[in-house]
Amino acid sequence: MDISTTKDTAAPPTPQPSADQKRAERGTTRPGDRIFLGLSRGSGIFLLALMAAIAVFLSYRAALAISKDEANFFTTFEWNPTAVPPEFGIAVLAFGTIVSSIIAMAIAVPVAVGIALFITHYAPRKLGGPIAYVIDLLAAVPSIVYGLWGALVLVPQLDGLYGWLNDYLGWTGILEWQGGAPRSMLTVGILLAIMILPIITNVSREVFRQVPQMQEEAALALGATRWEVIKMAVLPFGRSGVISASMLGLGRALGETMAVAMVLSPSFEINASLLDPGGGTFAQNIASKFSEATEMGRDALIASGLVLFVITLLVNGAARLIIARRKEFSGANA
Amino acid sequence: MSNATLSDKRPSSLRAAHLPKWFSWAVAAGSIALGLGISTVAGLESSIQWALIAGVLFVLATFVITSSVEGRRQAKDRVATSLVWVSFLLAVIPLASLVYETVKRGVKVLDGYFLSHSMGVVATSESGGGIYHAILGTLEQVGLAALISVPVGVLTAIYLVEYGRGKLAKAVTFFVDVMTGIPSIVAGLFILSTWILILGMGPSGFAGAMALTILMLPVVVRSTEEMLKLVPNELREASLALGVPKWRTILKVVLPTAIGGITTGVMLAVARIAGETAPVLLLVWGSNFINANPFSDPQASLPMYIYLQFQQSGGYGAAYDRAWAASLTLIAFIMILNLAARGIARWKAPKSGR
Repeated sequence: MDISTTKDTAAPPTPQPSADQKRAERGTTRPGDRIFLGLSRGSGIFLLALMAAIAVFLSYRAALAISKDEANFFTTFEWNPTAVPPEFGIAVLAFGTIVSSIIAMAIAVPVAVGIALFITHYAPRKLGGPIAYVIDLLAAVPSIVYGLWGALVLVPQLDGLYGWLNDYLGWTGILEWQGGAPRSMLTVGILLAIMILPIITNVSREVFRQVPQMQEEAALALGATRWEVIKMAVLPFGRSGVISASMLGLGRALGETMAVAMVLSPSFEINASLLDPGGGTFAQNIASKFSEATEMGRDALIASGLVLFVITLLVNGAARLIIARRKEFSGANA
Repeated sequence: MSNATLSDKRPSSLRAAHLPKWFSWAVAAGSIALGLGISTVAGLESSIQWALIAGVLFVLATFVITSSVEGRRQAKDRVATSLVWVSFLLAVIPLASLVYETVKRGVKVLDGYFLSHSMGVVATSESGGGIYHAILGTLEQVGLAALISVPVGVLTAIYLVEYGRGKLAKAVTFFVDVMTGIPSIVAGLFILSTWILILGMGPSGFAGAMALTILMLPVVVRSTEEMLKLVPNELREASLALGVPKWRTILKVVLPTAIGGITTGVMLAVARIAGETAPVLLLVWGSNFINANPFSDPQASLPMYIYLQFQQSGGYGAAYDRAWAASLTLIAFIMILNLAARGIARWKAPKSGR
């Protein structure tokens, strides 16, 4: 693949090149080549610098805010950056973000795996393609439209479900309902689940499609039913792929802003019940509080954004690591 | 002898009993009917409830009947099949509802007037007004973002594929992956902290475009990289063997071969950022007036328009109607970009690619 003559001279420990080779290399480096290499390498460096700048500037503004914060930034249940003295903390936001994402994952992952299996193994062959295509397109629907739909269509539909959950499962404590508008963490979780379904489905589908045909046929030849084929051949092969797909979905759910801001009625308290108002999410809090925030308020929001940034970096990094490891170890689809 | 046993019509002990093909359909119909019946009797109002009851009934009935007739393994298989079908239907319902509601409620006010007027003198409670200013803002912001991120992104991809091999290339690859996962609100906060809080600039379309660039760059790099890797090495070697300098080889041979795929990637990236609201909310603020200059003063954009109409509706139907119509326009715009991108991909695919 590589036929370049100009190289990072520092990178590989090359043996001392002879004078001849050096001259030959220099001979083929034309000014146009140098400029072009400089431009493209510069773009790469620009990208790295941009990432570094994001981390540095967010940390800088966040540090400004946190240094003025009179309360503990991580454990406080309040958000009053403009009060004197300013007191704000991310405890409620962290709680809400994690809870809504967990609900979303609990709903979306099994369903997405089901759809992926449906497309690859159950649907009539003629249907599989178009369905996959439509789900691809749905991944492109912007979150603001999901938000509008969630607030005006989904929320009114959930009234009945909430009453029902309260009647039959209210005794668990986490599904109690006082009867307010169903704009709680559970609603957010359901909406997020719908939003991340297409992503998880698409990635899982690709993985299931790569299952070696021979393994499936071997299982069938031994008399396995279709479910046994899936259990023995498809799911073990696709497990790491499904995990990384889920983490990509989780990354999106954690950072989702507008849909959550439109559906949730936030409150700065933690409530054991998922059906009653309680909590908010990092991104939603930034969007809702931004318009009336002073400079101090904005810095405080930036501080909470930094936490979100770090969390999503960790989740996405883990997902990429799993994908990379899978590439190394599976020789099946080489 | 064996012929005699084969033509024997008596049920063989080697072949397990089988339920007829219409069995699943019958159970499905039965459980939907039962679910509807139960919810009418119990007076449940939401359609989600009878669907849930019907789903549970379907799975239970399938398992019980099949395991008594065909055995446990077959029963498990059938339950798995029905669970897969149920999960598919479960997912289709909200997604279909989303598309259906947007189209149904969106077409109410969507016409030529709506597309060619702004909200300038229209109060939120009144009907009328339109999205001209928002379309203008979206096009300018997305255009500016594309103008920055396409050259940088394509050059980065060229570096990774044609030159990069060392630590720098590895770092760039890793951070492109990381950048893909940056939430849009964080990109907005970054520009807010530098451009607005530190440099003291006001809100403008350009500030929004810079945040959109951060979201668009990794997508462009990734897709361009994939496309450049598909270009056959023989083409590069042939060009170099003729004495063409490397940079001209890239510009005249590699890029034209991959241009279809690169265009596709760019269009998909544009489709992705056209629907972003959070950075616009933080950096462009939205506006009811036509502002054609993206470099100063607040500007509108389609997603921001939807949000503002929703937020300031005060429960007035007119504002909701406008929000739905704008959603329909936005979805149509994104879908057209998507479909066009796929069309180009199919039309211009590198010959060895598929």
